[in-house]
Amino acid sequence: MEITERGLWTMIHGMGFGALYLLACSGAIMGLYRSIFLSASSETGLDSERFLKGYLVAMVVLAWGAVLTGAYVVYPWYRALPPPGTVDLSMFPQRLLISNPATAGWHSLGMEWKEYVAWFAPISITMVMAVFVRYGHDLKNHRQLRNAVLGFAAASFLAAGIAGLLGAMINKNAPVYGGKTIQLARGDRE
Amino acid sequence: MNATRNSGTPEDPAFKNGSGAAAILSAGSGCFAVAILALAGDKLAFVKKLLNIYRPAGPLSGVTTGAILMWLCMWGALEWRWRSKTVAIGGISIAALLLLGLGMVLTFPAVVDFL
Repeated sequence: MEITERGLWTMIHGMGFGALYLLACSGAIMGLYRSIFLSASSETGLDSERFLKGYLVAMVVLAWGAVLTGAYVVYPWYRALPPPGTVDLSMFPQRLLISNPATAGWHSLGMEWKEYVAWFAPISITMVMAVFVRYGHDLKNHRQLRNAVLGFAAASFLAAGIAGLLGAMINKNAPVYGGKTIQLARGDRE
Repeated sequence: MNATRNSGTPEDPAFKNGSGAAAILSAGSGCFAVAILALAGDKLAFVKKLLNIYRPAGPLSGVTTGAILMWLCMWGALEWRWRSKTVAIGGISIAALLLLGLGMVLTFPAVVDFL
């Protein structure tokens, strides 16, 4: 069972930061909704508010981790140019996608959208976290502010979902791999 | 940082809304800045060259670095001006959500090609 260094980084970017962020999104939206709209006893409310603040901080770390590893670790491998005369484009995912009309759209539409829209997720969730840390349950008393915060949380989910889905499909059609091979485990032949 | 739980009411909240408004408007503007810089880089060759601040990542590096700097500077400036004020949050929220939506649309490649 082996994985290449580039494959491992792609996994950290997509399955580690990205997928965990997407999983956390629904919990955050539900937590924000409960915290803002439902009343609870003081003790439970304070505990859940503290928990939600920590949860949102973790989401901010995941979101920034996803875009930074994507843009500065994986993307340069994706867009690397092959030396002139290269026939086997498997190490150059962008060129591999463009070389076939059946897959070119995954770059010209998929990656071109993903590379920018993904950044809406960390910007939005950082704002959501900052506002919730500042206001906590007092958001209940600011109707328009809380609606905007929930709107941005939903937009963050949408942006991460678009980026995640496109990333998965792009990597399925032209995986980023190469670099040192890392052996994870030895399997049986039978 | 927070006042005592439930200390405010909708008529008299524990915190002024200025700080939240600053965060929301700057986040919307930050997302819009990503789209505008990406669009400018796509349409103008000299902007594309300017945005290429880290060659392996290409213009994406300049687009995102520029947008993040604009977002954080705007957030800091608005926070400084509005933190202890009550502002017209209705219009600000709508503007922020519009900027966010426009940003999302303007990053869509088919729209960029159309412009």
